[in-house]
Amino acid sequence: MTVIALPRIRLGPAWRQPLAVAGLAIALAWIVIAIFAPLLAPHSSLAQSFPASQSPSWAHPFGTDELGRDVFSRVIDGSRVTLPIAVVLVALAATIGSTVGAVAGYFRGVADGVLMRLVDLVFAFPPIILAMVVAAVLGRGLFNAALAIVVVAWPSYARVARGLVLQVGDSEFVQSARLLGASSRRTLFRDVLPNVAGPILVLATLDLANAILLLSGLSFLGLGAQPPKAEWGSMVAEGTQYFQWWWIGTFPGLAIFTVVLAFNFLGDSLRDVFDPRTARRVEE
Amino acid sequence: MTTAPASISPLPRGRLRRLGGAHGFARFVARRIAALALLLVGITAVAFVLTQLVPSNAVATNLGEQAAGDPAAVAAFKHHYGLDRPLPQRYGLYLWHTLHGDLGQSSLTHDAVTHDLGQTIPATAELALYAVLFAAIAGITFGVVAALRRNKPTDHLLRVASLAGISMPTFWIALIALYVGFYRLNWFPGAGRLEPGVDPPKSITGLYTIDALLHGDLGLFGQAFHHLVLPALVLAAFNVSLLTRFTRSAVLEVIGNDYVRAARAKGLPGRVVVVRYILRAALPAVVTVLGLVFANVLTGAVLVEKIFSWPGIGQYAYEAAVNLDVPSIAGVSIFVAVVYVTVNFVVDVLYGVIDPRIRLT
Amino acid sequence: MSTLAVEGLRVRLPTPAGEVTVVDGVDYEVQPAEVFGIAGESGSGKTISMLALLGLLPDGSSVEGSARFGGDDLLTMPRRRLRAVSGRDIAMVFQDPFTSLHPMLSVGRQLTEHVRLHLGLDRAAAEKRAVELLADVRIPDPQTALRRFPHQFSGGMRQRIAIAIALACRPRLLIADEPTTALDVTVQAGILRLLDRLRREHELAVVLITHDLGVLSSVADRVSVFYAGRIVESGGREDVLRRPRHPYTRALLDALPHPESEREQDLVAIEGAPPTPGAIPPGCAFHPRCAHLVENCRHVVPPLLGAGEGRRLACHVDPFKP
Repeated sequence: MTVIALPRIRLGPAWRQPLAVAGLAIALAWIVIAIFAPLLAPHSSLAQSFPASQSPSWAHPFGTDELGRDVFSRVIDGSRVTLPIAVVLVALAATIGSTVGAVAGYFRGVADGVLMRLVDLVFAFPPIILAMVVAAVLGRGLFNAALAIVVVAWPSYARVARGLVLQVGDSEFVQSARLLGASSRRTLFRDVLPNVAGPILVLATLDLANAILLLSGLSFLGLGAQPPKAEWGSMVAEGTQYFQWWWIGTFPGLAIFTVVLAFNFLGDSLRDVFDPRTARRVEE
Repeated sequence: MTTAPASISPLPRGRLRRLGGAHGFARFVARRIAALALLLVGITAVAFVLTQLVPSNAVATNLGEQAAGDPAAVAAFKHHYGLDRPLPQRYGLYLWHTLHGDLGQSSLTHDAVTHDLGQTIPATAELALYAVLFAAIAGITFGVVAALRRNKPTDHLLRVASLAGISMPTFWIALIALYVGFYRLNWFPGAGRLEPGVDPPKSITGLYTIDALLHGDLGLFGQAFHHLVLPALVLAAFNVSLLTRFTRSAVLEVIGNDYVRAARAKGLPGRVVVVRYILRAALPAVVTVLGLVFANVLTGAVLVEKIFSWPGIGQYAYEAAVNLDVPSIAGVSIFVAVVYVTVNFVVDVLYGVIDPRIRLT
Repeated sequence: MSTLAVEGLRVRLPTPAGEVTVVDGVDYEVQPAEVFGIAGESGSGKTISMLALLGLLPDGSSVEGSARFGGDDLLTMPRRRLRAVSGRDIAMVFQDPFTSLHPMLSVGRQLTEHVRLHLGLDRAAAEKRAVELLADVRIPDPQTALRRFPHQFSGGMRQRIAIAIALACRPRLLIADEPTTALDVTVQAGILRLLDRLRREHELAVVLITHDLGVLSSVADRVSVFYAGRIVESGGREDVLRRPRHPYTRALLDALPHPESEREQDLVAIEGAPPTPGAIPPGCAFHPRCAHLVENCRHVVPPLLGAGEGRRLACHVDPFKP
């Protein structure tokens, strides 16, 4: 009975969304860095060929770590580890989760009950505990850590997708489409899914930020990337061991921060597109 | 999101009892409890499955070398844990033990898991308490301010600041805090709950600050608090930002509503309108976030406890996971999940207390 | 002495595209115990002109003119005094009963909070008064109703509660903004009868804002018609609604379907659409849609002038002059 005005996507001119622009710029910059890492990094990230624990200088902008490796190069190489994995795992979680949620919302009944109980069960565990345990059970390593995060991340999409499908399914225009004789499957694809895509996209962008935090967190704990791999989280862990040499941990952490910030900026702006009530506009 | 509620004709005159309302609420709580119970059973099942997945020789790790050579001890052990029986029965046994408070024995510490938990929980609880308190006060205030000054420079500033706040990895903030607060400025201690060699206050709650106050020992209170500051602030950092954002959007959802305007038209002073009308209407959404905040605090605790050598459950969970201490992993998982679910349950019920409309659903 | 005398009211609202004039020079007077109807479509500025009186406009708005109420000018009153007047001497009832009452506060609370504030009553006295008010607006079992919440009442009942809240401090002026629009037709009649009875019993002046001319024809004493932020015609109810002289008023009335007439009729619509506040045509705002257009209408804003028998008209042409 609820009448829903389905969101109209209205993108204003770019300068009205400074955060989205900034976020996009930073994200793109990192993607470029990741792609061209071998060319950009002045030294190998594994070579322990320099004097150890040097503070930042012209030769080594981010200093060297306790084993004599150039931190700057390691940070650059780290983008090749974190970014692709995070993107893939979020895509995977989003796909699995949305499908589960859409199925639950569309077919309702028993399927809905069972699937949502499963979602509740996964939600019952705080993410890091579950991820930690799954990663430990599967064994240490980046791949297993990523898998653990997928396990933890998919339910959010399920809930959102289900909610959207239920809402849209109830809406009058879908009902009238059905009345006009459109088949279930056609309604699902033509009318339901496009409206589900938007909020899922917002969730995925913000989830990307969280995935990177969780991934580097697991690596920080030693459950993800293993040494000597140059991964930002494990680099911060090294930095914590030798915290008097502040550059070892600070710069990788800064890298994580900027990437995550970029996706949060993007996601936040995207969210405003879909929910103008809480949107901010720059008022003259 | 406005829904037109069903018109409810008033209950028959004279038979109108206050209990009518209370009944609805009782039913609401009962349904929540039932869902909770189901969830708890599911949690134990998951924990049990995890224990079965980890390849380990339970007998050897738990009994130690000498006892492992003794057939009687081995048989007793196997019998107690049902290792000689099929899987479903083993689960049943596990569930039975759990309900009686027996979570097994840690293969690391060789103490009962429940004992270990008892030692570590208060440490994390104390940390979490201060972190959440600080985050809530700061975050909600900033959120309300941002909403009231919507689109003005203050709002934009707070937006960027809170986005930055949730983008910083907790372990990075902790590292910087440690470096600046401890190493450079030496304002705060870098590890532990108290100075080495100092005895904790006699345990009433397990929270050193509260216990010290209860014993009237201000010096000890000061020291315990001093050790708390850095890790609690780090834990709070993420959540201040989260709460600011959520409170802002919750308040904005509410502020455009007619009843706010009607309240102003009634001549109610601004303060009253903000607190009684706006904040109260926004409270359900904020309360929802508290569940999320709690999850974040637990997450952050794992990282923060490691860096500040805080002997809490985060540390314990980490050690258990890394050393494949199966009973501990299972025990911690169950405990943490139970607490987490209970917190969400409380949040749900609070929802019903705050918003009378919810009680009918 | 009139209860409310508005002169030269001009309201500008801030928008991303700059300031927009929503109310453009409006004058009227409301007499004690009369129902003063304000008719107009959405966007005509009728609601905004009322919000301006109580200081409920969004930040950054600018207001010109005067609104004399009881010897003071509402528009230049210090905030604190305005707050004392609001809810006590002037009260407002809003359009949507589903959103104008706070969902989490009990009905009793919402009835008594401003009474205690403005009249200094203690809780017991305030509650007693609240019960009387609810009985006055015909809410069954008022004592229990105090403890209940708005969502437990139907739309019509909620609107009655809103009216009770408005009248709690015995105001001299009640502003009712589309009080029946969100309600069923059958419920509407009840609310209008209630308003009529209350204003007679309490010597209350009522400003009734609506786009529904049928509503005005049943309770209003005088009617003013708003278009694009200006008054285009005003006068006694019978005059304006039965013998309209402004082309817009005429067209509005013609557009009403008459189910009682014997012949079949096509629905008549006014050509074009009302102008948005930022894009008001020069001269007479109605001129692009007017069938009686002359050259002057395009350039000169017609002033609101007396046209005999208490009527005022803003039209260069006055095509329906008797």
